[in-house]
Amino acid sequence: MHVTSSVRTPLVTGGKTYADVTEDVSRQVEGRPTREWTIAFAISVVVLIYGTACVFWTWWEGLGVWGLNKTIGWAWDITNFVWWVGIGHAGTLISAILLLFRQKWRTAVNRAAEAMTIFAVICAASFIVMHMGRPWLAYWALPLPNTFGSLWVNFKSPLVWDVFAISTYFTVSLVFWYMGLIPDLATIRDRARSKVSRYIYGALSMGWNGSAKTWARYEYMSLILAGLSTPLVLSVHTIVSFDFATSVIPGWHTTIFPPYFVAGAIFSGFAMVQNLMLIIRVVFRLEDYITVEHIESMNKVITLTGSIVGIAYLTEFFIAWYSGVEFETYAFINRATGPYWWAYWAMMTCNVISPQLFWSRTIRRSVIWTFVLSVVVNIGMWFERFVIIVTSLHRDYLPSSWAMFHPTLFDISDYIFSFGLFFTLFLLFSKFLPVVNMAEVKTIIKSSSEKLPKSVSGVAKGERVANPTFNKDVE
Amino acid sequence: MASVHAIPSLEQEYEFTSESKRRLMIGIGAGVVLVAIGAFLLASGVGDHSHEVVQGQGHSAGHEGEHGFKWTTRLWANLWLNAVYFTGVSVIGMFFISYNYLAQAGWSSVFKRIPEAMPAFLPVTGIVMLVTFFVAGHDLFHWTHHDLYDPNSEHYDPIIAGKSGFLNTPFYVIRIVVYFVAWYGLWRILRNFSLQEDLNGGTEYYEKSIKFATAFLVVFAVTSSTSAWDFVMSIDTHWFSTMFGWYTLASWHVTGLAVITLTVITLKERGYLQAVNENHLHDLGKFMFAFSIFWTYVWFAQFMLIYYANLPEETIYYRERFSGYGGIYQAPFFINLFLNFVFPFLVLMTRDAKRTNIFMKIACWGIIVGHYFDFYTNIMPGTVGEHGGFGPIEFGMILIFACGFMWSVSTQLAKANLYPKNHPMIEEAIHHDI
Repeated sequence: MHVTSSVRTPLVTGGKTYADVTEDVSRQVEGRPTREWTIAFAISVVVLIYGTACVFWTWWEGLGVWGLNKTIGWAWDITNFVWWVGIGHAGTLISAILLLFRQKWRTAVNRAAEAMTIFAVICAASFIVMHMGRPWLAYWALPLPNTFGSLWVNFKSPLVWDVFAISTYFTVSLVFWYMGLIPDLATIRDRARSKVSRYIYGALSMGWNGSAKTWARYEYMSLILAGLSTPLVLSVHTIVSFDFATSVIPGWHTTIFPPYFVAGAIFSGFAMVQNLMLIIRVVFRLEDYITVEHIESMNKVITLTGSIVGIAYLTEFFIAWYSGVEFETYAFINRATGPYWWAYWAMMTCNVISPQLFWSRTIRRSVIWTFVLSVVVNIGMWFERFVIIVTSLHRDYLPSSWAMFHPTLFDISDYIFSFGLFFTLFLLFSKFLPVVNMAEVKTIIKSSSEKLPKSVSGVAKGERVANPTFNKDVE
Repeated sequence: MASVHAIPSLEQEYEFTSESKRRLMIGIGAGVVLVAIGAFLLASGVGDHSHEVVQGQGHSAGHEGEHGFKWTTRLWANLWLNAVYFTGVSVIGMFFISYNYLAQAGWSSVFKRIPEAMPAFLPVTGIVMLVTFFVAGHDLFHWTHHDLYDPNSEHYDPIIAGKSGFLNTPFYVIRIVVYFVAWYGLWRILRNFSLQEDLNGGTEYYEKSIKFATAFLVVFAVTSSTSAWDFVMSIDTHWFSTMFGWYTLASWHVTGLAVITLTVITLKERGYLQAVNENHLHDLGKFMFAFSIFWTYVWFAQFMLIYYANLPEETIYYRERFSGYGGIYQAPFFINLFLNFVFPFLVLMTRDAKRTNIFMKIACWGIIVGHYFDFYTNIMPGTVGEHGGFGPIEFGMILIFACGFMWSVSTQLAKANLYPKNHPMIEEAIHHDI
């Protein structure tokens, strides 16, 4: 027997039956693309084409087209990389850690969040390949024998650890996401009307038959992958933070970096999930599944992780003073009051102060506020990486080497490229694959519905009811 | 699975028997005797092997501006160590119920009275800390010496003088008082709500508890870090690490989880808390497993970054523990890593282990003992240096504090029904099945 306490708020509204879930989610996979989708997709592809041209020019001409100089050798490229990797954290957090914590609200958002993770990691990787300058030699980052490359990789470098951490993370996230898709792909296969889609979704669903044994394996697999992904989530951003913290640059070398980077990553990732889900729920009419409760829960996570990041900022600042190390003290005072003060205060305002608005119940349950604040958070998290990277570098050890960073058109356009790539991929996903995990939402219908229909296994209320092809008896 | 669903009555009183009281008194008495023997041995110079070491190293001690070692320092250092350790265990009880309220966790409500009983020990450790600081502050905390701040003194230390805005006696004492008052005060409020809920029912107390639990978490978010700097990091006055606050919190947290689990299992084996089944133990086991790994993660991140950057003012901390003082802290250093990572990692790996009392108890004891070593390696080198060791004083002091803590928890458990019978989540918890 399973009991749900009366103080728990419902997670599915509208009195849905199992068939309704299938109907509501499969609708846009099976239907023709909507006008909104087509417009958004066209814009994304145009941006992607423009960005791709700029990236090609960057490679053709060389990294000199960026605004880097001898003092600031890392700027927008690594800022964008860390930003995207950070965004890529929420997906696995939702699918893995929240699964281990048995959070039922994850079922409605995990699919889209995992897809976001995968695309965000691809965007992050694109900046690594970009800043290599010669993408055709990217395999030099792998430990291949010398006949394939110039030199054996330096295993002492956290940059090499990154290659392993991120590729492992990407692989496991992809497998986790795809495995979770299989039952839903089979549902779409079974409902498919055209031969082509039956063939394609049939091949993708890998012979899923929905037997009890298959479901049991699915459950085992989910738990095992969740157990594997949880340390991976932590490890990826930990190692990203090592890229900086293993050095002796003031402002970079600080021991709190690993957990603080992880918290910041989850923070920005959840903000991005909010942005995507708030649009999806309206455009795809999924308000009954992605409810205000879901939004509120995610806003609580944003407030929590934002506050953790805030504590870390203050800790760094305090210890910089407490340590008595004058370089460290200078680095932090310079952050707040030096030539890049505006970046620092943009970061502080967006990351630490603005999420505190979510302490108000009205604000954290407001769709508009949530959307705006989520954008603000992601602006703040971009500035955080900019502050850490550029502000720590721009005061070199010799005052004659002090410099400022000025982004060029290609710094900006290559960043725009990643948006084109991200949204193109995400829009393709949201059209051709179910954006909500139908199978998992069905598992919480009985325990977490606002009101239950007389029979939850009844037929759908949607347009297909007149011609229910999912019902084999009719044929 | 029928046994899982056979619901026992939610009315159950814990009886703190005179037999238990007698045993705890004997424990405390034995601890006092051990400490007395240890003190006598130290006072008469037996068992302190450090004299040869000091002579072997020449006059290194004199350079650091010490005022000569007194045997009582080891006594005070032990008091401080145990006070810090048990402060952590106690406050984690509050931390646990607070985040369970905030996260709307259901499963943990069935044994909620156990973490709820733990913070009652805070006044004891708070007073011990204040007394220790007033009596022996100069012996334990290098920064309390006034001549460090006097530019005309030969002991003037510009680095420490630069910290005087934070490390000065009045502010330090205020902070300690604030920590204990805030932690204990907020616990009293939550405890009161919890007891009222037993009598009156309704969800009103639950809603209020969520608010105060959140308030505690905000307070603890700051004070857990600052108290770690105050209680432990300031002993090695020059040294600093931004991770230290979260590292200490991770250590306290997993210790607290082990103490909660051990208490739950012990009560279960004595016939109490029958509504707690192997599913709850499984979850507690997962918590201990996960947070043992988390502790290792922060330990390793801190160690690795300091090792890698290789800045002398930072690496000295590990150097002292690894090979300093004649190498006497090397064993605790490795025992710490073994008991807190390798051991729980292997013991709690399988599902069956987490659902079996004996394996859980073994893991709990490993973690509880292991984190004593964690605090030992952090506190002892900076306070007693080459005069440290394991003798009757150490064992006796642990015995006194542990028995005192058990006494305090038992008293609290006896004050209320063992189940929070009107908790809105209790139905979920007794039907917990994973």
